Amino acid sequence: MNHPQEAAEFLKDAANAKWHDDTLWFVRDKRDKISKSVPEWEALRELASQIKDNVLANLETYLVEFEKNAKANNIHVHWAKDAAEHNQIVLDILNEHRCQAIVKSKSILTEECHLNPFLEKNGIEVVDTDLGERIVQFLNQPPSHIVLPAIHLKKMAISDVFHEKLQTEKGNDDPYYLTQAARKHLREKFLGAKVAITGVNFGVAETGEFVVCTNEGNADMGVHLADVHIACMGIEKIIPKREHLGVFLRLLARSATGQSITNYNSHFRSPSPGKEIHIILVDNGRTEQLGREKFRNSLKCIRCGACMNTCPIYRRSGGFSYGSTVPGPIGSVLSPGIDLKKHSSLPFASTLCGSCSDVCPVKINIHEQLYEWRQEITKAQGTNAKSISMSIANGIFAVPFAYKISAGMMRGALKILPDSITYSGLNTWGKQRDLPELPKESFKDWYKKNRK
Amino acid sequence: MLQNKNIGLFIPCYVDQFYPNVAIATLELLEKLGCQVTYPLGQTCCGQPMANAGYERDTIGTTKHFLKTFKDFDYIVAPSGSCVLHVKEHSPTVPGLESEQQATQHKIYELTEFITDILKIDSIRGSYPHKVGYHASCHGQRGLRLASASELHETPFNKARQLLQQLEGLEWVELNRKDECCGFGGTFAVTEEALSIQMGKDRLEDHISHDVEILTGGDMSCIMHLQGIASRNKQNIQFKHIAEILNEAIS
Repeated sequence: MNHPQEAAEFLKDAANAKWHDDTLWFVRDKRDKISKSVPEWEALRELASQIKDNVLANLETYLVEFEKNAKANNIHVHWAKDAAEHNQIVLDILNEHRCQAIVKSKSILTEECHLNPFLEKNGIEVVDTDLGERIVQFLNQPPSHIVLPAIHLKKMAISDVFHEKLQTEKGNDDPYYLTQAARKHLREKFLGAKVAITGVNFGVAETGEFVVCTNEGNADMGVHLADVHIACMGIEKIIPKREHLGVFLRLLARSATGQSITNYNSHFRSPSPGKEIHIILVDNGRTEQLGREKFRNSLKCIRCGACMNTCPIYRRSGGFSYGSTVPGPIGSVLSPGIDLKKHSSLPFASTLCGSCSDVCPVKINIHEQLYEWRQEITKAQGTNAKSISMSIANGIFAVPFAYKISAGMMRGALKILPDSITYSGLNTWGKQRDLPELPKESFKDWYKKNRK
Repeated sequence: MLQNKNIGLFIPCYVDQFYPNVAIATLELLEKLGCQVTYPLGQTCCGQPMANAGYERDTIGTTKHFLKTFKDFDYIVAPSGSCVLHVKEHSPTVPGLESEQQATQHKIYELTEFITDILKIDSIRGSYPHKVGYHASCHGQRGLRLASASELHETPFNKARQLLQQLEGLEWVELNRKDECCGFGGTFAVTEEALSIQMGKDRLEDHISHDVEILTGGDMSCIMHLQGIASRNKQNIQFKHIAEILNEAIS
């Protein structure tokens, strides 16, 4: 993946890029307004951050407590060290129940594990039931945003794919009409599925219950109609106590979409008679990230997507430009930990403006971690052309005389070079920007003449 | 006022070379405000461009030199939030000079915060009858907290606005996005050129659509980028560092 290339491609359609920027800014703005209606907003963020600090420092204890309590509630608990194990556990449960079709909701983790293609390869029909996810699934695309998976698509594009897949009227892009069509289509899928898969927003150690937050109610619909509920949970989603939900639920919806609360915050504690609940606790690189002192903080993430909505880069390059399941600023911190080489351009896809860190409901120092990844990546890359030029620059800046000569040369060169060279493709700065006019003398020269 | 305090003027390397007028304005302004200012001639770069590109470890020499150059001053003042933030937070620890480094990090200030917080000047008397748009550079804004951030739930404040708004005739322009990044970002400006340009154009549009006559800010790097785009596209807007406005207006 090469973020600059992908971003440049995205920006070629200027009208679409502007629409994308405005749309996400609208969500950010909504979040700003509603967060300012909560007087204790900053205190809530601090509290959430501290609770997560405690969780990360005692993760093992809380996970074991959660397992014990969940088992006591008749929940089957599975542990998966990576995506492959996770996928196999899901498949085994499906096979055991001779299940050929499942409905799924709210799980970025299953995206991360690439569960859909794995199950499909094994002959199982997977239907994503969140409206946005269903749309991108029809298009054979991954979500471009973790909360708003189809945010890159305009109404007419959805109308087109619904016409093809659901035989809706061609050219009818009325949102109500399209939603009704999806609703009808999904109803059949819900009724046919023996197993429903959901993600988990919060696992409560003290009670062994877990909470799933949705706006569409589709997770509940799927789970209540199916015989078996499989919940897939990243191990960092644990919280110590039920009362902590009062902190996180208030932050989550406001940060994500500017709502005061998600429409459905469903607690799952134990299966109804004759039914089964399975929970799969997935590591998939999280323990490794926990071991990285500078980056462990990223595991506090509650997947609200606020850092994407606020990021001036994400808004103008789209989710696909990041080439990973979690895009945007937090994705650029998480992804290099998974595959440093593949994602090495991501920590540089930032101006380090810091908006992500200020918007984050759990106070992850996202932009500082991006800075830290840059240091790691250049080390991993070893000595290349850039690092040599940087070392030379360091030598120059440490020696005033050399700096003077070289700066003088730079000024001299700028003066004598014709515009055609300065502004050629070799000089990226000058491609779409003029260079500053060169003054007759530097400040240093002026100072020597005018002071002392 | 700060009697008998020695103030070291730190001028970012690109300002020294490209914008001597900004450095002169900073020096003159501080002098007019009664400060004893010296510009140590041996100074070079703070190392920020290298550190942000991922080579912080290669800037120990640069940092050591900076510490040596400014060690005898009571305060260090620079017309750049970005370079000040770098010295404060991102310069690598220099073995053997830890306490000097800590002292330096505590005595270095960006120009506007030095005026409002150390000189404790609430307002500068003067006249500047222009429509001014303020670009809040991110490192000053969210790094040094020179103004409240739109993301945070806090009492609004803005140190630059506090100084500018007192000037007679100055009209402060409210923008649609008051603290969105301009897309300069150091090496980002060239490594992510397409994005950098688009972000710059969008920022300019916000100012121009509000009939801003002069775009100002606390960091010439952002202004150099915005000015470069505006000039290439023949957009009618002027650019000045806040030091230039204050120095020109002060009576």
